[in-house]
Amino acid sequence: MLSLIGAVIGRDLRLAMRRQADIVAAMFFFIIVVSLFPLGVGPEPEQLRRLAPGVLWVAALLATMLSLPRLFADDHRDGTLEQLALAPEPLALIVLGKVIAHWLVAGLPLVVLAPVLGIQFDLATDALAVLTLSLLIGTPALSGIGAIGAALTLGVRGGGVLLSLLVLPLYIPVLIFGAGAVDATVTGVGAQAHLSLLGALALGGVFFAPWPTAAALRIALE
Amino acid sequence: MSNRLINWFRYASPQTFYPLAGRMIPWFWGLAAIFGVAGLGVGFLLAPADAQQGEGYRIIFLHVPASWMSMFIYLVMAFWAATGLAFNTRLSGMMASALAPTGALFAFLSLWTGALWGKPMWGTWWVWDARLTSELILLFLYIGFIALQAAIDDPRRADKAGAILALVGVVNIPIIYFSVQWWNTLHQGASVSLTRAPSMAAMMLWGMLLCALACWMYSIAVALMRVRVIMLERERHTDWVRALLAGRE
Repeated sequence: MLSLIGAVIGRDLRLAMRRQADIVAAMFFFIIVVSLFPLGVGPEPEQLRRLAPGVLWVAALLATMLSLPRLFADDHRDGTLEQLALAPEPLALIVLGKVIAHWLVAGLPLVVLAPVLGIQFDLATDALAVLTLSLLIGTPALSGIGAIGAALTLGVRGGGVLLSLLVLPLYIPVLIFGAGAVDATVTGVGAQAHLSLLGALALGGVFFAPWPTAAALRIALE
Repeated sequence: MSNRLINWFRYASPQTFYPLAGRMIPWFWGLAAIFGVAGLGVGFLLAPADAQQGEGYRIIFLHVPASWMSMFIYLVMAFWAATGLAFNTRLSGMMASALAPTGALFAFLSLWTGALWGKPMWGTWWVWDARLTSELILLFLYIGFIALQAAIDDPRRADKAGAILALVGVVNIPIIYFSVQWWNTLHQGASVSLTRAPSMAAMMLWGMLLCALACWMYSIAVALMRVRVIMLERERHTDWVRALLAGRE
């Protein structure tokens, strides 16, 4: 079972490495969106500090959305997905592997970039640490829940816009607790509760999301 | 045994359900009209003016039923979606897609009447209160469901994909609700407490319940009308629709 998940992760990572431009583009999208906000609302450090958690988290949601359509689309186009669906192993496990690979390619770079961008917003060190930690815990949930939307919109007209329509409302709890953790640190309440709930969301999302995703993939392949 | 099963599933077929729905629609419209007139009569003529809010509170007779219906219809939609996935019945998916626009309408109405109510009472159209925010997210979920179904050409696939989305949504609604509520208590600043239970006069309660029943009957009538149209559209290649249309001309 683990070897199957490992094989899927390895394959997806190798494919992603062959097309690094896609990863880099999503990362720069994240950087640009975050950098637009000070230009839009003004450079006062006090205001930026208050906006930082929300801005960075919303940008992370959008950057994840950007890379989601490719989660299954390439495999669908060249027929790999049908072969995977025919495999004797449960499709949900294969999906789990793909979700993990998607997080490594699309989620982890955001976690690495976030502290640097947080400095742009004049965040204090402890807030930066919590921001990074909250993204580290929360982004797997984004990949997991997003996979459901990616599978539902597979091969559908206007898939990209539709995907954001379906998935963004479901991301709201992750956004609330992720940005809330940083907020709580800034205001001195302590981020423990937020981070715990975020962890629960991430575990639940990554554990349960592969099943509806697999069901949606089978519908798309009919 | 087998006889009972056949009876149970008899109306699961569009061919048998179509005439049944046609016979039921006038009844539900009639009930909606009766309950509506009674509810509005009680609400506007018999119920006393509110001690604090004066006459302005009377929008409650549309606002509260609309909010209830918007939430309840999502549950019914998810129920039909689950039935469709479990039993692979054609009609279940049709019912789910017939209910979605009505649910979205009620969610929108609830927000709209809430804004109209909020302006004179709180002095603002919108506050980021937990209930308002969850209702807005519920509207987004309806829109996503409708958009997904509209984007898929094959109706069978649209039904199943919509069903999965509705079920994922129904699992998420409590999570979203509680996260929004908690978020709201942390940002207490601008919010207005909606949760303190108003001591409601019995007449007000009766008016509200009658209006809720009216909305209920209206939803059933409209959903049945819509499902009849969907049936004709999807089953247009079948003999019974051809015979029906030939008989009508």
